Amino acid sequence: MLKLTKSDFNLMLLVAALTLLAPFILNPFPTDSAMAQFNAGYPDLMQRFVIFGILAVGFNILFGLTGYLSFGHAAFLGVGSYAAVWMFKLLSMNVLPAIVLSVAISGLFALVIGYISLRRSGIYFSILTLAFAQMMFALAYSVLTPITGGETGLQLALDDPRIFGASQTPGGNIPVPSLFGLEMRESFDLVLGAWVFTFNFGYYFCALVLLASFYLAIRIFRSPFGLMLRAVKSNQQRMNYTGLNTRPYTLAAFVISGMYAGLAGGLMASMDPLAGAERMQWTASGEIVLMTILGGVGTLIGPVLGAGFIKYFENIFSKINDNVLHEWFAFLPDGIENFMVFIIHPFIGKGWHLTLGLLFMLVVIYLPGGLVEGGQKLAAWFQKRGQKTETSKSKIEPAE
Amino acid sequence: MGILEVKNVSKRFGGLKALSDVNLSIKENSVHAIIGPNGAGKSTLLNCLVGKLIPNTGSVMFDGQSVLGRAPYEINQMGISRVFQTPEIFGDLTVLENMMIPCLAKRDGAFELNALAAALTQRDIMEKAEHMLEEMNMADKRHMHAAAMSRGDKRRLEIGMCLSQEPRLLLLDEPTAGMARADTNNTIDLLKQISEQRSITIAIIEHDMHVVFSLANRITVLAQGTPLVEDDPENIRGNPKVREAYLGETA
Repeated sequence: MLKLTKSDFNLMLLVAALTLLAPFILNPFPTDSAMAQFNAGYPDLMQRFVIFGILAVGFNILFGLTGYLSFGHAAFLGVGSYAAVWMFKLLSMNVLPAIVLSVAISGLFALVIGYISLRRSGIYFSILTLAFAQMMFALAYSVLTPITGGETGLQLALDDPRIFGASQTPGGNIPVPSLFGLEMRESFDLVLGAWVFTFNFGYYFCALVLLASFYLAIRIFRSPFGLMLRAVKSNQQRMNYTGLNTRPYTLAAFVISGMYAGLAGGLMASMDPLAGAERMQWTASGEIVLMTILGGVGTLIGPVLGAGFIKYFENIFSKINDNVLHEWFAFLPDGIENFMVFIIHPFIGKGWHLTLGLLFMLVVIYLPGGLVEGGQKLAAWFQKRGQKTETSKSKIEPAE
Repeated sequence: MGILEVKNVSKRFGGLKALSDVNLSIKENSVHAIIGPNGAGKSTLLNCLVGKLIPNTGSVMFDGQSVLGRAPYEINQMGISRVFQTPEIFGDLTVLENMMIPCLAKRDGAFELNALAAALTQRDIMEKAEHMLEEMNMADKRHMHAAAMSRGDKRRLEIGMCLSQEPRLLLLDEPTAGMARADTNNTIDLLKQISEQRSITIAIIEHDMHVVFSLANRITVLAQGTPLVEDDPENIRGNPKVREAYLGETA
């Protein structure tokens, strides 16, 4: 179906179910319970899950297939955001032209940066991309302030032209991004007993874009082009001596993944119409690499999982503070309670990076294939156990 | 005129003269062996033929066209395929995928952006790849990871990949180096079969005299970067110059 093999189609269904039912899946705890702080089903965070999912899926087309580790991918995210905000300022608050321009402009940047960086491979390629990204960050942060808004970032204003829309709403406010009149921030709350589930239009818009991007990624993975990209990773020497020019292949992969990043940037600006230079900093690029490795390099669903995992940690773990810990350990005698809080304190709140770092180390050492490999091992283990009980049953049967 | 004409080729690496005034002509549909002691310049010569090195002087013509200054992939597209000393295959891919890649390269050229077609539904490519695997007696291994195979099987796959491109000239760089005796004999049989059944020219660089004398119908002996003799195998065996080059003057 959809020109996919059965297993790919099932994978597509799984991702569709995960994204479309996310408001339920991410809100497992009743709103008033103590565990409610682990709920992640609010629009802002859910949007971030899918947007970074798109970013990681695109990054994986480059890193997962060709093995070229770009350390400057956040630059394309930033370029996409700026392009989208400029469309909101000049054209209208409709998100479609904004996203189209984000993808086009970041694709153009990727073409130039890729053309130069791909003259080298391995660590030199990574350093070149990092250098470009940092240069672009510096440009956005100070040199190009008229275009990028510099330190404060690029924001909408009441006197923006918006030639196909209105500069201001009748109430004198800045209009909000919308899709042909449907506002991105529009939400609908579903109250079921103690639970409240929020359905946000912006989230579902992003989710559909993620599904389309994921579908495209599957098609690329399974195409002759995808096969060539995997061949680049495996053995460039053999490719050259098989009459294949590796350069255009790697450049095409670089541009495609840059466009994915631009798409993510455009969506980010569509959800919250401002763009700042910090989005392009090297730490942001590093985060994309972490997401992909954590989820599983070269697997289809891995990057999506990795993106969700890191964004969940960033937003949920960082919210836990000492008071919450004291509540948790209240059942312990005072001295031990304080001791436990003292031990756990560095790993929560602002220390969530420490937890993430430890988890990342564990994954890289014990599960080099990322979360996907973990899932596969778990599935294999269950299968083995299932077979064992079956054989033990069949052994018993003759005795009866 | 041979299919490959090497004229006055010299190659220096700094002060070292690796090749000096090499002249070589390889006739169409022959099996031409290039032998010589270590350091004779065999591999340098081969690298000059496939575009990995550019000679300082001289010319290399393949079928009337110069190969000098062209990238390896362009030379391959002209009809020269190369088998490496250690098999160069796509270790991370399956055997079938390995075979699909040269078939795609033959059909689509050096670059083709068909990102939306499903690879497994390209019927012509699949048929050709499967057919080639059967010819190489590897059909049962099609879903195996190429890196997990034995040295002999890797070599067989590599040769199969080269043949699927229907090259006019197949260059082999010590194809049996580091192989067990049985694998060596299998490789000899395979190459014999190839040269008999296909209209293909084979040039082979080899150390193992058993391999050379079982395959070649023309032999060039290279010593110290220059061709010593070129002759038929029978005459090479007894040639005192060749013995001298291999064993030293006192022999």
